Amino acid sequence: MSHPEATGSANNAGPSNNAGSGNSAGSTSQPFDVAVVGGGIVGAAIARELAGYELSIALVEARDDVGDGTSKANTAILHTGFDAKPGTLESRLVRRGYHLLGEYAKRTGIPVERTGALLVAWTPEEFDALPSLAEKARANGYEHCEIVDAAEVYRQVAALGEGALGGLTVPDESIICTWTTNLALATDAVGRGVRLLRNHRVEAVTVAEDATTLHTSAGDVPARWVVNAAGLGADVLDRLFGHDRFTVTPRRGELLVYDKLARPMIDKIVLPVPSKVGKGVLISPTIYGNVMLGPTAEDLTDRTATGTSEGGFEFLLDKGRRLMPRLLAEEVTASYAGLRAAIDHGDFLIQADPTQRYLLVGGIRSTGLTSGMAIGEYVRDLIAEAGLTLVPKAELPDPPRMPNLGEAFPRPYQRADLIAADPAYGSVVCFCERVTAGEIRDACRSVIPPASLEGLRRRTRAMNGRCQGFYCGAEVSDLFTNSRNEATR
Amino acid sequence: MTDPSLPVRTPDVLIIGGGPAGLTAARTLAPKVPGQVLVLDREKTAGGIPRHSDHTGYGLRDLRRVMSGPAYARHLVTAAERAGATIRTEATVTDWVDDHTVEVTTPQGRLRVHAPAIILATGARERPRPARLIPGDRPRGVYTTGHLQNLVHLHHAKVGRKAVVVGGELVSWSAVLTLREAGCRTVLMTTRYASPESYAAFNLPGRTVLGVPVATRTRVTRIIGHGRLQAVEFENVDTGQRRTVECDTLVLTGDWIPDHELARWADLDIDPGTRGPVVDTALRTSRAGVFAIGNLVHAVDTADVAALDGAHVADQVLAWLADPKPPAGGVRIAADEPFRWVAPNLLRPGDPAPARRRLLLWTDELVRVPHVAVRQGGTVLAQRRLPWPASPGRVFRVPSSLLRDVDPSDGDVHVGLV
Ligand SMILES: Cc1cc2nc3c(=O)[nH]c(=O)nc-3n(C[C@H](O)[C@H](O)[C@H](O)COP(=O)(O)OP(=O)(O)OC[C@H]3O[C@@H](n4cnc5c(N)ncnc54)[C@H](O)[C@@H]3O)c2cc1C
Ligand SMILES: Cc1cc2nc3c(=O)[nH]c(=O)nc-3n(C[C@H](O)[C@H](O)[C@H](O)COP(=O)(O)OP(=O)(O)OC[C@H]3O[C@@H](n4cnc5c(N)ncnc54)[C@H](O)[C@@H]3O)c2cc1C
Repeated sequence: MSHPEATGSANNAGPSNNAGSGNSAGSTSQPFDVAVVGGGIVGAAIARELAGYELSIALVEARDDVGDGTSKANTAILHTGFDAKPGTLESRLVRRGYHLLGEYAKRTGIPVERTGALLVAWTPEEFDALPSLAEKARANGYEHCEIVDAAEVYRQVAALGEGALGGLTVPDESIICTWTTNLALATDAVGRGVRLLRNHRVEAVTVAEDATTLHTSAGDVPARWVVNAAGLGADVLDRLFGHDRFTVTPRRGELLVYDKLARPMIDKIVLPVPSKVGKGVLISPTIYGNVMLGPTAEDLTDRTATGTSEGGFEFLLDKGRRLMPRLLAEEVTASYAGLRAAIDHGDFLIQADPTQRYLLVGGIRSTGLTSGMAIGEYVRDLIAEAGLTLVPKAELPDPPRMPNLGEAFPRPYQRADLIAADPAYGSVVCFCERVTAGEIRDACRSVIPPASLEGLRRRTRAMNGRCQGFYCGAEVSDLFTNSRNEATR
Repeated sequence: MTDPSLPVRTPDVLIIGGGPAGLTAARTLAPKVPGQVLVLDREKTAGGIPRHSDHTGYGLRDLRRVMSGPAYARHLVTAAERAGATIRTEATVTDWVDDHTVEVTTPQGRLRVHAPAIILATGARERPRPARLIPGDRPRGVYTTGHLQNLVHLHHAKVGRKAVVVGGELVSWSAVLTLREAGCRTVLMTTRYASPESYAAFNLPGRTVLGVPVATRTRVTRIIGHGRLQAVEFENVDTGQRRTVECDTLVLTGDWIPDHELARWADLDIDPGTRGPVVDTALRTSRAGVFAIGNLVHAVDTADVAALDGAHVADQVLAWLADPKPPAGGVRIAADEPFRWVAPNLLRPGDPAPARRRLLLWTDELVRVPHVAVRQGGTVLAQRRLPWPASPGRVFRVPSSLLRDVDPSDGDVHVGLV
């Protein structure tokens, strides 16, 4: 399914034809001051941050949509960073990102629920590890953890399986909408003048004296500076600049999402005691009102392997059976897998190469949703240090107000005032998720409209519910096609 | 999130769901109830699943003639309206405010409806891929029958060219017919069940008329394809052998679950077998004045049986309106292996026989000559050899007279085999 705008012929893009969200490239002209490669959360945050200065910027994305890589398939927790490795750049940026994104969410309407988390110990070894985890949290600048006994654990989450020995509270861990976050940052960036180039896969680069040319699947994009925020593809792009400093290993995380009817069982994030292999399997409410079980952690070689597996499901069900047996009686309404961009380096790898006017943002593995905006700030400082002159824009537009996808906040179908003003908000199309015709229309008219039904799902929740289209699938696709035609007419 | 400032409607009877069950209840009740009988349906047109099930086979037991799904749906809508019922479409019931009040979203506004009698008739749906835990890629081209029929019959959309249909139920053949109409060839049907006889009636036309090969004892193990579906991997559950079948369309049929969201949020007692609300033979739920009918309580039977629930519940609703006395007592009716569920699932003293004097059961195994036994407290109260088989994928009917000697003040009743 291709977006009508995306059919533009392959030619060159330049900042003079600053068409906002335009997908097709214009004719050759001046190089951009900065091209940010990768329209995930990290790239979008960087582009938005840099767009606060007098710069012409391109956000170059291989796919037909922003936020279609790892940023769409994670556990969507706004991390305090309590369990990071103290002293690392990641620890610092997660902590900073937590506050930046929390504030930004308030201004833009990205839904956040301050649920808090409870880390549960199931073995004596895990129980013994709790004090050191509390200590680590303090070293990470997080002071609110508290060790609790088993009785308190069950008081907080009664549906937990037998055998919990105690726990550690993390009252500020929160849940957030990762889709809206990515879209808000990208929309804001476009509002600040960034040129978004979708369907532009960078395939080769030519570095010259005054500008670098990105040779993309849709034409050349010249830019003085290039920021590599290509996630899973960051090492490949890095090699195109002649470096050989790291390798991305896609670490698959599979997840099961349970029916909203399971939501009363749990109102906070239940974390395992982390081990060397990762954060482990958690059970968490989702911002859409479901309950999530996962993720797995499995190193792969194929960077496109976002499929789920029998082994992954078995592993999760086995975990779930012990963690929260009642959960398994409910229906699974979605299953998916995300790939963490794990690298052979213990920390985020963010380095400037001033001679090539190039900056790498690599290894943003399992905390990039939270830290994205802080990475944006960090990159800004680094690039300034490396020689790019930053002059703040005198005036910036307000950030966008995003449609609310959060179950805990009023949605259009519940709002008598909105429906009275516009009946389309009373016309429920997707019944399970209660998405209205008005919201689908709005998404199609938005600054960065969806290019496919998948993109529509991330903007509205349409077809994400328990029936997966049994009732609404045909109606939603029709409405999407019509709304899209109207919006582009 | 409920809003006390909303306008309130107060019909005598509120029916949630305008499928065969809800519409038939409305038609039967409207002439007998002094106040309004209001049907709310969330779709643009009432009629439920038959609206998009464009083939013949509807109406046999309730209307005593056979017609196509869409014609049947229209017939039921007209009959309910002629009888004086009010049908509101594009009206989605979203929340309970209290035991007898719901909130509703419509394009004309948001409102509350309060009624002394409420009938839940929200139907059932097929379990989609995630619920079946089928791993693999997430390409386009994977549907349930409901989704497929909506696409083809209501929206005249194209699907693929080469399909595999998973399931050996009645509805699976309905999917094959729809695919054929959409110009998509079914290259294989698969079923978990062992014996092709288990759906003999359909196996024969399947092989001869429709020319579809059927693989038994087979389950889906992986979906393959980026973008569009390319192939599906299957396993023979006995040998463990796997093979891959190329196709661009996969239809996951049957494997029903009641659309029980409202029943669950109301905190009604839920039967672990049917997964719908527990109902007695009068089709009362555990909340006084709230009734449940159709595929919500037996997922799934044919439309005519759902419709006849609607006719059956009418007298019970009238009795409740005349004398709102909460029912008491009774014993649970439970299904023993190989049966998965039985409906109704509660027997109260003094209650009427169930609709059509039948208990409805679902079997997980083919039993050619079922010798059914009813037990209470370990004693066999009644047994009978039935001349019709119990087949997976369709409802097995047992005469309710077998319950005659049940003591409604004693322990649970079990329906199983001798
Ligand atoms: C299972 C799982 C759970 C997680 N849970 C959390 C969590 O709870 N909280 C949290 O904060 N973080 C979490 N994360 C981490 C977080 O999702 C990532 O760190 C974050 O999404 C990374 O964003 P990104 O922009 O770097 O990468 P991506 O979102 O992958 O974006 C990179 C983009 O670059 C594009 N691209 C790649 N190559 C090219 C090219 N050559 N040309 C043009 N474009 C290209 C890709 O198409 C992609 O869109 C989790 C991750 C996983 C996998
Ligand atoms: C593909 C297919 C083929 C079939 N073929 C046959 C056949 O040939 N012959 C036959 O007899 N039977 C057939 N059946 C079975 C038959 O369609 C069902 O038994 C029958 O529709 C059940 O009726 P019902 O009223 O219980 O539920 P449904 O028909 O499912 O109606 C439920 C109604 O409730 C509404 N609703 C649900 N929730 C809400 C809410 N919250 N607010 C407002 N409205 C709500 C829905 O919109 C829907 O209209 C077939 C079924 C399928 C799927």
